[in-house]
Amino acid sequence: MATEPTTELPIIDRFGPHLSRMAGVRLDTGAEPDKLVKTHCCFCGQQCGIQLKVKDNEVIGFEPWEDFPFNKGMLCPKGVKRYLQGSHPDRLLSAMVRDGKAAGGFRNVGYDQAIKQVAGAIERIQREYGPDAFGMLSGASLTTEKTYLMGKFARVCLKTSNIDYNGRLCMVSAAAGNKKAFGIDRAANPWSDIPKAEVLWIAGSNVAECSPITTSYVWQARENGAKIIVVDPRITPIARTCDLFLPVKPGRDIALFNGILNLMIEHDWLDHDFIENHTVGFDALAEHVQQWTPKRTAEVTGIAEKNIRQAAEWWGQAKTSFLMHARGIEHHSHGVQNVLGAINIVLASGRIGREGCGYATITGQANGQGGREHGQKCDQLPGARDIANPEHRAHVAKVWDVDPDSIPGPGVDAYEIFRKIDRGEIKGLISLCFNPKVSLPDNAFVQRCLEKLDFYVAIDFFLNETARHADVVLPGSLQEEDEGVVTQIEGRVIKINKAVECPGDAKQDWRIIQDIAKALGRTHGMTFSGPRAIFEELRAASKGGVADYSGITWEKVEQNYGVFWPCPSEDPEGKPIDHPGTLRLFEPGTWNPIAKGAGPFYFPDGKARFNVAAYSPPTEDVDDEYPIILTTGRVVSQFLSGTQTRRIGPLVDQYPEPRMEMHPRLASKLGIADGEWATAESRRGTCTLKAQVVQTIRPDTIFIPYHWAGRKSANQLTISAQDPISKIPEYKVCAVRVKKADGPPAYDAELEAQQ
Amino acid sequence: MPVPEHFDFFVDPNRCIGCQACVQACAECDTHKGRPMIHLEYVERSTSTQTVPVICMHCDSPTCAEVCPADAIKKTGDGVVQSARKPRCIACNNCVIACPFGVPKMQSDFELMMKCDMCYDRTSVGKRPMCATVCPSGALFYGTREQVEQLRPRSRPINTFQFGHQTITTKVNMMVPAGPGGTPGSSSAEYVDVTSAMHDESAAGGSGKRVRLNVLEDSLFQFESDAVEEPDDAATTT
Ligand code: SF4
Ligand code: SF4
Ligand code: SF4
Repeated sequence: MATEPTTELPIIDRFGPHLSRMAGVRLDTGAEPDKLVKTHCCFCGQQCGIQLKVKDNEVIGFEPWEDFPFNKGMLCPKGVKRYLQGSHPDRLLSAMVRDGKAAGGFRNVGYDQAIKQVAGAIERIQREYGPDAFGMLSGASLTTEKTYLMGKFARVCLKTSNIDYNGRLCMVSAAAGNKKAFGIDRAANPWSDIPKAEVLWIAGSNVAECSPITTSYVWQARENGAKIIVVDPRITPIARTCDLFLPVKPGRDIALFNGILNLMIEHDWLDHDFIENHTVGFDALAEHVQQWTPKRTAEVTGIAEKNIRQAAEWWGQAKTSFLMHARGIEHHSHGVQNVLGAINIVLASGRIGREGCGYATITGQANGQGGREHGQKCDQLPGARDIANPEHRAHVAKVWDVDPDSIPGPGVDAYEIFRKIDRGEIKGLISLCFNPKVSLPDNAFVQRCLEKLDFYVAIDFFLNETARHADVVLPGSLQEEDEGVVTQIEGRVIKINKAVECPGDAKQDWRIIQDIAKALGRTHGMTFSGPRAIFEELRAASKGGVADYSGITWEKVEQNYGVFWPCPSEDPEGKPIDHPGTLRLFEPGTWNPIAKGAGPFYFPDGKARFNVAAYSPPTEDVDDEYPIILTTGRVVSQFLSGTQTRRIGPLVDQYPEPRMEMHPRLASKLGIADGEWATAESRRGTCTLKAQVVQTIRPDTIFIPYHWAGRKSANQLTISAQDPISKIPEYKVCAVRVKKADGPPAYDAELEAQQ
Repeated sequence: MPVPEHFDFFVDPNRCIGCQACVQACAECDTHKGRPMIHLEYVERSTSTQTVPVICMHCDSPTCAEVCPADAIKKTGDGVVQSARKPRCIACNNCVIACPFGVPKMQSDFELMMKCDMCYDRTSVGKRPMCATVCPSGALFYGTREQVEQLRPRSRPINTFQFGHQTITTKVNMMVPAGPGGTPGSSSAEYVDVTSAMHDESAAGGSGKRVRLNVLEDSLFQFESDAVEEPDDAATTT
């Protein structure tokens, strides 16, 4: 039923993406803003502090916020131009229902009527097929309050176990690996530790384009004399001036980490005291990595042996170090193993939990941290509690004032939700700020599933490519139209402040969710007066959990430029305290609710775990038929599925269309010159783009950025293989063949660059 | 209020990540109507990701002003070289051609040469220039010489440039590596010899004058025996 209601061009014509540019009041040099609102960027996980200039309920520009300690006024181009999304011509201002006869396939309806229709559909589907037949997908850019509400709405109001979020596509491998090794899932250190480290190991992270502010910390480390080791199949801008570049063959990182550990053991570059006192499981791991001789490591990773030895020597002998990784090692069908491999070399060095000694995954999405800690992830309840654990369920059930047995059990991951739709087990879907048709792998499959749905309601502020399939669209809110907290890359809880009111019939997402609950007649626990009230309940629900926010208040956040979690409100004896927050995890002597004083790590014995991280090749290795590796990633001026950034003119100008990056050696073999059209084909789809011939990529690998939709989408090609533990998809490697295209693809004549 | 004298501008291409935040932010300045006055150049994208941000260097004796037949380009007492004055500029392009750093740009629809004025609207009231404030990598920095020397022990600021026989001193500094291998304080160069860096191929590797382009060299790889492909000259050009 949820096929697109019309062909593509009429939808694009009405809903965009159209480009917004500086014009009118935004170009008026004399325009004095009514106010400056201190808030944060709406895009990546760094959550830069920024001040929005507001005039007449419109965001007209920005002013750097130089006091904010993380970014000190620095911004990337997305932060600079984000204000252009407000008052955008594509902005959804009214509720809509699908109508094949209307322009663009949708007809505006009254908000109340749309809510009634949504509630009616939920009621009907759940009555006919049971509560689990209605699924939910939400976003990791939402405030923590909204994500908490989404989790509660799913479990208390809809009573469905089928809720998951798009952080699934982002950092879940890191989260799972961190929990297995440390018992807690958070970047272990503040970024101020980076410049104090002697060696930086950056694995699978295009820091310059995906987390630009972090480069300032990295370059400062370099000025202070640090050695920088970058592992990546491409010479990204951060790799350009590193001290050692290891061009790993995509999907082979675990072999590299095992090889490094093997050399650390051979040369006794280990912290024996730390291993003895603070960890378990080293011996089994040591035995396992024996097979990872430098020679074999080199063969598997494709990195020259002498460079592997050099990396091990620098890493092994350092006094202080910081290891960071991102999606490059996490987006794999063995992403968790990669993460565990990285953690193993950190633990073996004993360099964690001290100043200048750190480890972190680089959060991708705005609220990648807070967004999963408080209950929209299919297996978690607020406070990073485990939904299958009876004690955890009981705690949250009490806060929610429901019977613990009424809380559904663990659901399935975002991709599996689509497989359930495919199998007819899920008939109805509600989504909030999630664009799976662009962001999930093998998106032809995703489209087929959307078309199978009985009923689909999308809440969003622009009509993203997935929402085009909706039966009902509810106009949600931009980040600047609401308030609440998010947790950024370092684990710092910060406050988003409201700058303008929602336009037209658009509403804050928490209102929309509660309005649906009301129309369903299931208002229990769904009558919050606003984000502050939601946050107060969230504090109680997280209390005593690993992600303890109970000692955090909005006031404390604003006064201190953020508060690092965990921040309990009680001391170990149960007396109220004003906890300052936890800047650095795992410092000796720190208390946590799991170890209860036994040690700094979040296990009952207080010790970290070494895990044997076993190597396996990518699910789809290259062969004669598909001989080239495809890897995907980002460009600096675009963000995720591009719902926002493909609408901002200056950002589109900066990188107008996706390009297929390839090495000259590969290009000459294929007879493709720079700028010519090339077609990449995988077992799942075909994509024709202009080639960009550069020596900064491995000759056996091509790269395509994934921010574009439809026929320009990299995810037509990618594989839906997933990590068995984290369920993250294997975006970073699949097999393709590439040939020169006969000429421009058909879409070139009709579609704008950003579409 | 003049631009505080002890504040200088420092450009460090070694740090630049090519993100164009500077370009996007410069366009936000009140005075130039949505147009950026800074531009970003790839040294050679086919072989490197190295980019260089180019702003007005605010020369002590600005060539652009010296060649302007209409006397439209003014330097303020605090050393900031301004965009051409609208009533005077005859859009002749002399400044565009003459500037050794390639900075002034003719805005043909305004018939006016516009260029970076070091965010005079901001710097003259004690704020930092837009580009240097947002630059996420610290490739652009505005502050005191003491600050930069403390923050950047491996680099040193140089504001003397040699173009053939012409020596130019500027208000804006380029950060250059402090010495061989980045050893602090051991560089003897007192100026950047732009001409020889552009033309002297033999300077590569030796004096460190030429920009070294990092490319994927075969020595970084372990090729499986059967995967070794025909040698490629291009891959080893630096
Ligand atoms: S996208 Fe990230 S780096 Fe860029 S301004 Fe926003 S928060 Fe900062
Ligand atoms: S100093 Fe100001 S005017 Fe000059 S390039 Fe930077 S932002 Fe633009
Ligand atoms: S903002 Fe800084 S890092 Fe980005 S392009 Fe400009 S100078 Fe380079």
